[in-house]
Amino acid sequence: MQKNTILSLICGLLLFILLAGCSSNGTGPLKPQDRLQVATTTSLYDTDLWGYLEPMFEEEYDVELDVISAGTGIALEYGKRGDVDVIAVHSKSRELIYVEEGYGVERIPFAYNYFLIVGPESDPAGIKGMAPENAFKKLFDTGSGTFVSRGDDSGTHSKEKSIWASAGYEYEDIQNTGDWYVEGGKGMGPTLLMASEMQGYTLTDMGTFLSYKGEMALVPIVDEGDILLNVYSIIAGNPEKNSKINAEMAQNLVNFITSDEIQELIGDYGVEYYGMQLFIPCAGNEPAS
Amino acid sequence: MEELWQALGKAVELLVTFDAEVMEASGRSLAIAATSCSITAFICLPLGSLIHFSRFRGKRLLLNIIQTFYGIPTVAIGLMVFVLFSSSGPLGGLDLMFTPAVMVIGQVILVTPLMLGLTISALNGVDKAITETAVSLGASRFQAAIITLKHARYAVLTAVIMGFSRAFAEVGLALMVGGNIKGATRTLTTAISLETSKGDIELALALGIVLILIALIISLTLNRLQQR
Repeated sequence: MQKNTILSLICGLLLFILLAGCSSNGTGPLKPQDRLQVATTTSLYDTDLWGYLEPMFEEEYDVELDVISAGTGIALEYGKRGDVDVIAVHSKSRELIYVEEGYGVERIPFAYNYFLIVGPESDPAGIKGMAPENAFKKLFDTGSGTFVSRGDDSGTHSKEKSIWASAGYEYEDIQNTGDWYVEGGKGMGPTLLMASEMQGYTLTDMGTFLSYKGEMALVPIVDEGDILLNVYSIIAGNPEKNSKINAEMAQNLVNFITSDEIQELIGDYGVEYYGMQLFIPCAGNEPAS
Repeated sequence: MEELWQALGKAVELLVTFDAEVMEASGRSLAIAATSCSITAFICLPLGSLIHFSRFRGKRLLLNIIQTFYGIPTVAIGLMVFVLFSSSGPLGGLDLMFTPAVMVIGQVILVTPLMLGLTISALNGVDKAITETAVSLGASRFQAAIITLKHARYAVLTAVIMGFSRAFAEVGLALMVGGNIKGATRTLTTAISLETSKGDIELALALGIVLILIALIISLTLNRLQQR
Protein backbone atom coordinates (compact mmCIF):
# COMPACT_ATOMS: atom_id res chain seq x y z
CA MET A 1 0.00 0.00 0.00
CA GLN A 2 2.71 2.39 1.06
CA LYS A 3 4.44 1.94 -2.23
CA ASN A 4 1.28 2.82 -4.08
CA THR A 5 0.96 6.04 -2.12
CA ILE A 6 4.55 6.93 -2.87
CA LEU A 7 4.16 6.05 -6.52
CA SER A 8 0.96 8.02 -6.92
CA LEU A 9 2.55 10.99 -5.19
CA ILE A 10 5.54 10.83 -7.52
CA CYS A 11 3.30 10.52 -10.54
CA GLY A 12 1.24 13.43 -9.28
CA LEU A 13 4.34 15.55 -8.79
CA LEU A 14 5.75 14.68 -12.19
CA LEU A 15 2.40 15.42 -13.81
CA PHE A 16 2.24 18.74 -12.02
CA ILE A 17 5.73 19.70 -13.13
CA LEU A 18 4.92 18.56 -16.62
CA LEU A 19 1.76 20.66 -16.80
CA ALA A 20 3.61 23.64 -15.39
CA GLY A 21 6.24 23.18 -18.06
CA CYS A 22 3.75 22.77 -20.87
CA SER A 23 1.76 25.84 -19.94
CA SER A 24 4.94 27.89 -19.86
CA ASN A 25 5.88 26.27 -23.12
CA GLY A 26 3.33 28.32 -25.02
CA THR A 27 4.43 27.13 -28.43
CA GLY A 28 3.02 23.72 -29.14
CA PRO A 29 3.90 21.96 -32.35
CA LEU A 30 3.09 24.35 -35.15
CA LYS A 31 2.23 23.59 -38.73
CA PRO A 32 5.27 23.87 -40.98
CA GLN A 33 3.91 26.91 -42.83
CA ASP A 34 3.68 28.78 -39.53
CA ARG A 35 7.28 28.15 -38.64
CA LEU A 36 10.55 29.20 -40.18
CA GLN A 37 13.91 28.02 -38.95
CA VAL A 38 17.10 29.92 -39.54
CA ALA A 39 20.60 28.87 -38.52
CA THR A 40 22.80 31.86 -37.88
CA THR A 41 26.45 32.42 -37.23
CA THR A 42 27.16 33.06 -33.56
CA SER A 43 28.35 36.65 -33.98
CA LEU A 44 24.96 37.74 -35.34
CA TYR A 45 23.29 35.93 -32.47
CA ASP A 46 25.55 36.89 -29.59
CA THR A 47 25.26 40.59 -30.46
CA ASP A 48 21.50 39.96 -30.21
CA LEU A 49 20.83 41.32 -33.70
CA TRP A 50 18.47 38.40 -34.32
CA GLY A 51 16.76 38.94 -30.99
CA TYR A 52 16.12 42.50 -32.15
CA LEU A 53 14.83 41.61 -35.63
CA GLU A 54 12.90 38.44 -34.77
CA PRO A 55 9.76 40.01 -33.21
CA MET A 56 9.44 42.46 -36.12
CA PHE A 57 9.57 39.70 -38.68
CA GLU A 58 7.19 37.50 -36.70
CA GLU A 59 4.65 40.28 -36.47
CA GLU A 60 4.88 41.34 -40.08
CA TYR A 61 4.47 37.83 -41.49
CA ASP A 62 2.54 36.15 -38.68
CA VAL A 63 5.08 33.36 -38.36
CA GLU A 64 7.11 31.71 -35.63
CA LEU A 65 10.79 32.31 -36.35
CA ASP A 66 13.20 29.86 -34.72
CA VAL A 67 16.73 31.16 -34.59
CA ILE A 68 19.43 28.55 -34.05
CA SER A 69 22.84 29.89 -33.16
CA ALA A 70 25.58 27.83 -34.79
CA GLY A 71 29.00 28.33 -36.28
CA THR A 72 29.14 28.69 -40.06
CA GLY A 73 30.34 25.09 -40.46
CA ILE A 74 27.41 23.46 -38.70
CA ALA A 75 24.93 26.04 -40.05
CA LEU A 76 25.87 24.99 -43.59
CA GLU A 77 25.44 21.36 -42.55
CA TYR A 78 21.97 22.05 -41.11
CA GLY A 79 21.09 23.74 -44.38
CA LYS A 80 22.35 20.84 -46.49
CA ARG A 81 20.33 18.38 -44.47
CA GLY A 82 17.21 20.48 -44.75
CA ASP A 83 16.98 20.93 -40.98
CA VAL A 84 16.67 24.70 -41.37
CA ASP A 85 15.01 26.83 -44.06
CA VAL A 86 17.48 29.70 -44.15
CA ILE A 87 21.10 30.24 -43.14
CA ALA A 88 22.87 33.49 -42.23
CA VAL A 89 26.63 32.95 -42.35
CA HIS A 90 29.95 34.58 -43.18
CA SER A 91 32.30 32.54 -45.31
CA LYS A 92 32.06 33.58 -48.94
CA SER A 93 33.95 30.72 -50.58
CA ARG A 94 31.96 28.07 -48.76
CA GLU A 95 28.70 29.89 -49.40
CA LEU A 96 29.42 29.96 -53.12
CA ILE A 97 30.03 26.20 -53.11
CA TYR A 98 26.84 25.72 -51.10
CA VAL A 99 24.79 27.59 -53.70
CA GLU A 100 26.62 25.93 -56.58
CA GLU A 101 25.80 22.49 -55.17
CA GLY A 102 22.16 23.51 -55.26
CA TYR A 103 21.46 23.67 -51.53
CA GLY A 104 20.81 27.39 -51.53
CA VAL A 105 18.78 29.56 -53.89
CA GLU A 106 21.08 32.58 -53.94
CA ARG A 107 23.78 34.11 -51.76
CA ILE A 108 22.65 37.55 -50.69
CA PRO A 109 25.12 39.71 -48.73
CA PHE A 110 23.22 41.93 -46.32
CA ALA A 111 25.77 43.48 -43.98
CA TYR A 112 29.49 43.62 -43.33
CA ASN A 113 32.10 44.75 -40.87
CA TYR A 114 35.74 43.98 -40.29
CA PHE A 115 37.69 41.35 -38.47
CA LEU A 116 40.52 42.46 -36.28
CA ILE A 117 43.55 40.86 -34.74
CA VAL A 118 43.56 41.47 -31.00
CA GLY A 119 46.28 40.78 -28.50
CA PRO A 120 47.87 41.89 -25.24
CA GLU A 121 48.62 45.58 -24.80
CA SER A 122 52.36 44.81 -24.55
CA ASP A 123 52.30 43.32 -28.10
CA PRO A 124 55.21 40.85 -27.53
CA ALA A 125 55.52 40.02 -31.24
CA GLY A 126 55.59 43.68 -32.23
CA ILE A 127 52.95 43.45 -34.93
CA LYS A 128 50.85 46.47 -34.08
CA GLY A 129 49.55 48.35 -37.11
CA MET A 130 51.05 45.96 -39.66
CA ALA A 131 49.10 44.57 -42.62
CA PRO A 132 47.30 41.38 -41.52
CA GLU A 133 49.37 39.08 -43.74
CA ASN A 134 52.64 40.59 -42.54
CA ALA A 135 51.50 40.42 -38.95
CA PHE A 136 50.78 36.70 -39.33
CA LYS A 137 54.12 36.21 -41.04
CA LYS A 138 55.97 37.89 -38.20
CA LEU A 139 54.03 35.89 -35.61
CA PHE A 140 55.07 32.70 -37.36
CA ASP A 141 58.70 33.72 -37.94
CA THR A 142 59.51 35.09 -34.51
CA GLY A 143 57.40 32.71 -32.48
CA SER A 144 57.35 35.36 -29.79
CA GLY A 145 53.62 35.38 -29.29
CA THR A 146 50.86 32.86 -28.74
CA PHE A 147 48.06 32.71 -31.29
CA VAL A 148 44.73 31.22 -30.24
CA SER A 149 42.78 29.90 -33.22
CA ARG A 150 39.06 29.09 -33.21
CA GLY A 151 39.96 25.76 -34.79
CA ASP A 152 36.28 24.94 -35.28
CA ASP A 153 35.63 25.45 -39.00
CA SER A 154 33.62 28.56 -38.29
CA GLY A 155 33.51 31.59 -40.57
CA THR A 156 36.16 33.29 -38.47
CA HIS A 157 38.36 30.20 -38.68
CA SER A 158 37.93 30.19 -42.48
CA LYS A 159 39.04 33.81 -42.55
CA GLU A 160 42.09 32.98 -40.47
CA LYS A 161 43.03 30.21 -42.89
CA SER A 162 42.65 32.54 -45.84
CA ILE A 163 44.97 35.06 -44.19
CA TRP A 164 47.58 32.33 -43.69
CA ALA A 165 47.15 31.34 -47.33
CA SER A 166 47.47 34.93 -48.45
CA ALA A 167 50.62 35.28 -46.34
CA GLY A 168 52.05 32.32 -48.27
CA TYR A 169 51.68 29.45 -45.81
CA GLU A 170 50.01 26.07 -45.97
CA TYR A 171 47.61 25.82 -43.07
CA GLU A 172 48.85 22.33 -42.15
CA ASP A 173 52.33 23.78 -41.69
CA ILE A 174 50.98 26.33 -39.26
CA GLN A 175 49.09 23.76 -37.22
CA ASN A 176 52.12 21.63 -36.48
CA THR A 177 54.75 24.15 -35.56
CA GLY A 178 54.58 24.10 -31.83
CA ASP A 179 53.04 25.48 -28.70
CA TRP A 180 52.65 29.04 -29.97
CA TYR A 181 49.68 28.01 -32.14
CA VAL A 182 46.72 26.97 -30.00
CA GLU A 183 43.55 25.50 -31.49
CA GLY A 184 40.89 26.34 -28.96
CA GLY A 185 37.94 24.60 -30.59
CA LYS A 186 35.58 27.08 -28.99
CA GLY A 187 33.13 29.79 -29.98
CA MET A 188 34.35 33.36 -30.47
CA GLY A 189 33.63 34.59 -26.95
CA PRO A 190 35.33 31.72 -25.12
CA THR A 191 38.25 31.96 -27.58
CA LEU A 192 38.71 35.62 -26.66
CA LEU A 193 38.67 34.76 -22.97
CA MET A 194 41.20 32.01 -23.58
CA ALA A 195 43.48 34.35 -25.54
CA SER A 196 43.17 36.87 -22.73
CA GLU A 197 44.12 34.29 -20.11
CA MET A 198 47.11 33.18 -22.19
CA GLN A 199 48.02 36.75 -23.13
CA GLY A 200 47.94 35.67 -26.76
CA TYR A 201 46.66 36.99 -30.06
CA THR A 202 43.51 35.97 -31.86
CA LEU A 203 41.37 36.91 -34.84
CA THR A 204 37.89 38.14 -33.93
CA ASP A 205 34.87 39.78 -35.43
CA MET A 206 34.15 43.29 -34.23
CA GLY A 207 30.77 42.56 -32.62
CA THR A 208 31.94 39.77 -30.34
CA PHE A 209 35.07 41.72 -29.41
CA LEU A 210 32.99 44.70 -28.33
CA SER A 211 30.58 42.64 -26.29
CA TYR A 212 33.49 40.92 -24.50
CA LYS A 213 35.65 43.97 -24.06
CA GLY A 214 34.87 44.36 -20.38
CA GLU A 215 35.76 40.76 -19.56
CA MET A 216 39.29 40.61 -20.88
CA ALA A 217 42.69 42.24 -21.24
CA LEU A 218 43.06 42.38 -25.02
CA VAL A 219 43.30 45.37 -27.32
CA PRO A 220 43.05 45.77 -31.12
CA ILE A 221 46.46 45.16 -32.67
CA VAL A 222 45.69 45.02 -36.39
CA ASP A 223 42.44 46.43 -37.67
CA GLU A 224 43.16 47.53 -41.23
CA GLY A 225 43.51 45.50 -44.39
CA ASP A 226 41.24 44.45 -47.23
CA ILE A 227 41.44 40.82 -46.23
CA LEU A 228 39.77 41.60 -42.90
CA LEU A 229 36.46 42.34 -44.61
CA ASN A 230 33.70 40.26 -43.00
CA VAL A 231 30.56 39.87 -45.10
CA TYR A 232 27.38 38.37 -43.70
CA SER A 233 25.07 36.71 -46.21
CA ILE A 234 21.63 35.21 -46.03
CA ILE A 235 20.79 32.17 -48.14
CA ALA A 236 17.34 30.63 -48.52
CA GLY A 237 17.30 26.85 -48.82
CA ASN A 238 16.44 25.34 -52.17
CA PRO A 239 13.07 23.54 -52.03
CA GLU A 240 14.09 21.43 -55.03
CA LYS A 241 16.78 19.88 -52.82
CA ASN A 242 14.70 19.50 -49.68
CA SER A 243 10.94 19.44 -50.08
CA LYS A 244 10.40 20.38 -46.44
CA ILE A 245 11.87 23.84 -46.89
CA ASN A 246 9.34 26.58 -46.38
CA ALA A 247 10.40 28.38 -49.56
CA GLU A 248 7.84 31.16 -49.54
CA MET A 249 8.51 32.22 -45.96
CA ALA A 250 12.26 31.82 -46.48
CA GLN A 251 12.04 34.29 -49.36
CA ASN A 252 10.00 36.59 -47.12
CA LEU A 253 12.84 36.59 -44.60
CA VAL A 254 15.41 37.38 -47.28
CA ASN A 255 13.22 40.25 -48.57
CA PHE A 256 12.69 41.46 -45.02
CA ILE A 257 16.41 41.52 -44.16
CA THR A 258 17.31 43.37 -47.38
CA SER A 259 14.41 45.85 -47.20
CA ASP A 260 15.34 49.53 -46.84
CA GLU A 261 13.69 49.85 -43.46
CA ILE A 262 15.44 46.84 -41.87
CA GLN A 263 18.77 47.67 -43.51
CA GLU A 264 18.64 51.03 -41.81
CA LEU A 265 17.89 49.40 -38.46
CA ILE A 266 20.81 46.99 -38.94
CA GLY A 267 23.09 49.96 -39.64
CA ASP A 268 21.99 51.68 -36.46
CA TYR A 269 22.04 48.53 -34.37
CA GLY A 270 24.19 48.70 -31.27
CA VAL A 271 25.58 52.16 -32.08
CA GLU A 272 24.16 53.66 -28.93
CA TYR A 273 25.29 50.80 -26.71
CA TYR A 274 28.76 50.12 -28.08
CA GLY A 275 29.54 53.64 -29.23
CA MET A 276 30.30 52.42 -32.73
CA GLN A 277 28.64 50.79 -35.70
CA LEU A 278 28.54 46.98 -35.50
CA PHE A 279 27.17 46.22 -38.95
CA ILE A 280 27.31 48.21 -42.15
CA PRO A 281 24.28 47.37 -44.31
CA CYS A 282 24.88 46.45 -47.95
CA ALA A 283 21.43 45.35 -49.15
CA GLY A 284 22.20 42.52 -51.51
CA ASN A 285 25.41 43.92 -52.99
CA GLU A 286 28.91 42.65 -52.44
CA PRO A 287 30.69 45.40 -50.50
CA ALA A 288 33.76 46.81 -52.20
CA SER A 289 36.71 46.55 -49.84
CA MET B 1 34.82 35.42 -5.20
CA GLU B 2 32.88 38.63 -5.49
CA GLU B 3 31.58 37.41 -8.84
CA LEU B 4 29.96 34.48 -7.06
CA TRP B 5 28.21 36.69 -4.52
CA GLN B 6 26.94 38.94 -7.27
CA ALA B 7 25.67 35.91 -9.14
CA LEU B 8 23.92 34.66 -6.01
CA GLY B 9 22.19 38.01 -5.66
CA LYS B 10 21.24 37.90 -9.31
CA ALA B 11 19.86 34.38 -8.91
CA VAL B 12 17.66 35.47 -6.01
CA GLU B 13 16.52 38.45 -8.02
CA LEU B 14 15.60 36.28 -11.01
CA LEU B 15 13.62 33.98 -8.74
CA VAL B 16 11.72 36.49 -6.63
CA THR B 17 10.78 38.63 -9.64
CA PHE B 18 9.60 35.51 -11.51
CA ASP B 19 11.72 36.54 -14.48
CA ALA B 20 9.69 35.38 -17.47
CA GLU B 21 12.55 33.87 -19.47
CA VAL B 22 14.05 32.09 -16.48
CA MET B 23 10.67 30.67 -15.46
CA GLU B 24 10.04 29.50 -19.00
CA ALA B 25 13.44 27.84 -19.32
CA SER B 26 13.10 26.24 -15.87
CA GLY B 27 9.62 24.96 -16.66
CA ARG B 28 10.81 23.53 -19.93
CA SER B 29 13.84 21.88 -18.32
CA LEU B 30 11.57 20.30 -15.74
CA ALA B 31 8.90 19.24 -18.22
CA ILE B 32 11.38 17.62 -20.59
CA ALA B 33 13.35 15.88 -17.85
CA ALA B 34 10.19 14.74 -16.04
CA THR B 35 8.65 13.37 -19.23
CA SER B 36 11.78 11.51 -20.26
CA CYS B 37 12.31 10.26 -16.72
CA SER B 38 8.71 8.95 -16.47
CA ILE B 39 8.92 7.20 -19.82
CA THR B 40 12.28 5.70 -18.84
CA ALA B 41 10.86 4.50 -15.52
CA PHE B 42 7.98 2.79 -17.35
CA ILE B 43 10.55 0.99 -19.48
CA CYS B 44 13.17 0.26 -16.84
CA LEU B 45 11.17 -1.01 -13.87
CA PRO B 46 9.52 -3.91 -15.76
CA LEU B 47 12.58 -4.55 -17.92
CA GLY B 48 14.88 -4.46 -14.90
CA SER B 49 12.67 -6.96 -13.07
CA LEU B 50 12.57 -9.19 -16.12
CA ILE B 51 16.35 -9.22 -16.41
CA HIS B 52 16.78 -9.71 -12.67
CA PHE B 53 14.46 -12.71 -12.48
CA SER B 54 15.61 -14.36 -15.70
CA ARG B 55 18.53 -16.68 -15.97
CA PHE B 56 20.25 -16.67 -19.32
CA ARG B 57 23.67 -16.96 -20.89
CA GLY B 58 25.52 -13.68 -21.09
CA LYS B 59 23.58 -12.04 -18.29
CA ARG B 60 26.78 -10.86 -16.64
CA LEU B 61 28.03 -9.48 -19.94
CA LEU B 62 24.72 -7.66 -20.44
CA LEU B 63 25.01 -6.11 -16.98
CA ASN B 64 28.56 -5.03 -17.77
CA ILE B 65 27.44 -3.41 -20.99
CA ILE B 66 24.61 -1.60 -19.22
CA GLN B 67 27.06 -0.29 -16.63
CA THR B 68 29.45 0.89 -19.32
CA PHE B 69 26.69 3.10 -20.70
CA TYR B 70 26.01 4.80 -17.33
CA GLY B 71 28.35 7.60 -18.21
CA ILE B 72 28.03 7.74 -21.98
CA PRO B 73 28.70 11.33 -23.08
CA THR B 74 25.56 13.29 -23.84
CA VAL B 75 27.07 14.63 -27.05
CA ALA B 76 27.52 11.07 -28.32
CA ILE B 77 23.82 10.35 -27.80
CA GLY B 78 23.04 13.79 -29.22
CA LEU B 79 24.96 13.07 -32.39
CA MET B 80 23.25 9.72 -32.82
CA VAL B 81 19.80 11.20 -32.33
CA PHE B 82 20.71 14.06 -34.67
CA VAL B 83 21.70 11.68 -37.45
CA LEU B 84 18.50 9.67 -36.95
CA PHE B 85 16.05 12.57 -36.81
CA SER B 86 17.70 15.11 -39.10
CA SER B 87 15.52 15.87 -42.12
CA SER B 88 17.71 13.74 -44.37
CA GLY B 89 18.03 10.98 -41.77
CA PRO B 90 15.97 7.76 -41.55
CA LEU B 91 13.43 9.30 -39.16
CA GLY B 92 13.53 12.76 -40.71
CA GLY B 93 9.98 12.34 -41.97
CA LEU B 94 8.69 12.75 -38.42
CA ASP B 95 9.86 16.36 -38.55
CA LEU B 96 11.02 16.35 -34.95
CA MET B 97 14.39 18.09 -35.24
CA PHE B 98 14.73 21.12 -32.94
CA THR B 99 11.62 20.28 -30.91
CA PRO B 100 11.23 19.31 -27.24
CA ALA B 101 9.97 15.89 -28.40
CA VAL B 102 13.31 14.88 -29.88
CA MET B 103 15.04 16.09 -26.71
CA VAL B 104 12.83 13.75 -24.70
CA ILE B 105 13.66 10.86 -27.02
CA GLY B 106 17.36 11.56 -26.63
CA GLN B 107 17.10 11.77 -22.85
CA VAL B 108 15.22 8.48 -22.68
CA ILE B 109 18.09 6.82 -24.55
CA LEU B 110 20.58 8.63 -22.32
CA VAL B 111 18.98 7.70 -19.00
CA THR B 112 17.83 4.15 -19.75
CA PRO B 113 21.13 2.36 -19.02
CA LEU B 114 21.59 4.20 -15.72
CA MET B 115 18.06 3.61 -14.47
CA LEU B 116 18.00 0.03 -15.72
CA GLY B 117 21.31 -0.84 -14.10
CA LEU B 118 20.41 0.77 -10.79
CA THR B 119 17.00 -0.94 -10.79
CA ILE B 120 18.68 -4.31 -11.23
CA SER B 121 21.14 -3.51 -8.43
CA ALA B 122 18.21 -2.45 -6.25
CA LEU B 123 16.49 -5.79 -6.84
CA ASN B 124 19.74 -7.63 -6.16
CA GLY B 125 19.82 -5.99 -2.77
CA VAL B 126 16.57 -7.63 -1.70
CA ASP B 127 16.91 -10.74 0.43
CA LYS B 128 16.31 -13.76 -1.81
CA ALA B 129 14.31 -15.40 0.98
CA ILE B 130 11.55 -12.86 0.48
CA THR B 131 11.00 -13.84 -3.15
CA GLU B 132 11.32 -17.52 -2.34
CA THR B 133 8.85 -17.26 0.51
CA ALA B 134 6.38 -15.48 -1.73
CA VAL B 135 6.67 -18.22 -4.34
CA SER B 136 6.34 -20.98 -1.76
CA LEU B 137 3.19 -19.32 -0.48
CA GLY B 138 1.75 -19.63 -3.98
CA ALA B 139 2.60 -16.27 -5.56
CA SER B 140 2.92 -16.20 -9.32
CA ARG B 141 6.19 -14.99 -10.85
CA PHE B 142 4.59 -11.62 -11.53
CA GLN B 143 3.36 -11.30 -7.95
CA ALA B 144 6.75 -12.31 -6.62
CA ALA B 145 8.37 -9.63 -8.78
CA ILE B 146 5.96 -7.00 -7.46
CA ILE B 147 6.73 -8.02 -3.87
CA THR B 148 10.46 -7.82 -4.53
CA LEU B 149 10.10 -4.41 -6.17
CA LYS B 150 8.12 -3.26 -3.16
CA HIS B 151 10.93 -4.26 -0.83
CA ALA B 152 13.46 -2.50 -3.05
CA ARG B 153 11.40 0.67 -3.34
CA TYR B 154 13.92 3.01 -1.70
CA ALA B 155 16.74 1.92 -3.94
CA VAL B 156 14.43 1.95 -6.96
CA LEU B 157 13.39 5.48 -6.16
CA THR B 158 17.06 6.37 -5.97
CA ALA B 159 17.46 4.95 -9.46
CA VAL B 160 14.62 7.16 -10.67
CA ILE B 161 16.08 10.24 -8.95
CA MET B 162 19.50 9.57 -10.46
CA GLY B 163 17.89 9.26 -13.88
CA PHE B 164 16.01 12.50 -13.43
CA SER B 165 19.14 14.32 -12.31
CA ARG B 166 21.11 13.13 -15.31
CA ALA B 167 18.33 14.25 -17.67
CA PHE B 168 17.79 17.58 -15.90
CA ALA B 169 21.46 18.51 -15.82
CA GLU B 170 22.54 17.44 -19.31
CA VAL B 171 23.39 20.05 -21.90
CA GLY B 172 25.17 18.43 -24.86
CA LEU B 173 22.13 16.62 -26.15
CA ALA B 174 19.79 19.54 -25.59
CA LEU B 175 22.07 21.86 -27.57
CA MET B 176 22.63 19.46 -30.40
CA VAL B 177 19.11 18.24 -31.14
CA GLY B 178 17.11 21.02 -29.47
CA GLY B 179 19.00 23.89 -31.03
CA ASN B 180 18.58 26.19 -28.01
CA ILE B 181 15.72 28.08 -29.69
CA LYS B 182 14.38 30.89 -27.57
CA GLY B 183 10.75 30.22 -26.68
CA ALA B 184 10.81 26.69 -28.05
CA THR B 185 13.73 24.53 -26.93
CA ARG B 186 15.77 26.69 -24.56
CA THR B 187 16.33 24.97 -21.23
CA LEU B 188 18.22 26.13 -18.16
CA THR B 189 21.38 24.30 -19.17
CA THR B 190 21.41 25.55 -22.77
CA ALA B 191 20.73 29.06 -21.50
CA ILE B 192 23.78 28.79 -19.23
CA SER B 193 25.86 27.65 -22.17
CA LEU B 194 24.59 30.53 -24.30
CA GLU B 195 25.11 33.22 -21.67
CA THR B 196 28.64 31.95 -21.10
CA SER B 197 29.41 32.15 -24.79
CA LYS B 198 27.95 35.65 -24.85
CA GLY B 199 30.24 36.61 -22.01
CA ASP B 200 27.50 37.33 -19.48
CA ILE B 201 29.24 35.30 -16.81
CA GLU B 202 27.16 36.72 -13.98
CA LEU B 203 23.84 35.75 -15.56
CA ALA B 204 25.25 32.33 -16.49
CA LEU B 205 26.34 31.75 -12.89
CA ALA B 206 22.96 32.95 -11.62
CA LEU B 207 21.17 30.50 -13.91
CA GLY B 208 23.47 27.77 -12.64
CA ILE B 209 22.45 28.60 -9.08
CA VAL B 210 18.76 28.51 -10.10
CA LEU B 211 19.37 25.07 -11.62
CA ILE B 212 20.98 23.82 -8.42
CA LEU B 213 18.16 25.24 -6.29
CA ILE B 214 15.49 23.52 -8.36
CA ALA B 215 17.42 20.23 -8.27
CA LEU B 216 17.72 20.62 -4.50
CA ILE B 217 13.99 21.21 -4.05
CA ILE B 218 13.13 18.16 -6.14
CA SER B 219 15.63 16.00 -4.35
CA LEU B 220 14.36 17.11 -0.92
CA THR B 221 10.76 16.43 -1.95
CA LEU B 222 11.54 12.98 -3.27
CA ASN B 223 13.62 12.17 -0.21
CA ARG B 224 10.71 13.07 2.04
CA LEU B 225 8.59 10.68 0.03
CA GLN B 226 11.27 8.06 0.38
CA GLN B 227 11.28 8.37 4.16
CA ARG B 228 7.54 7.95 4.59
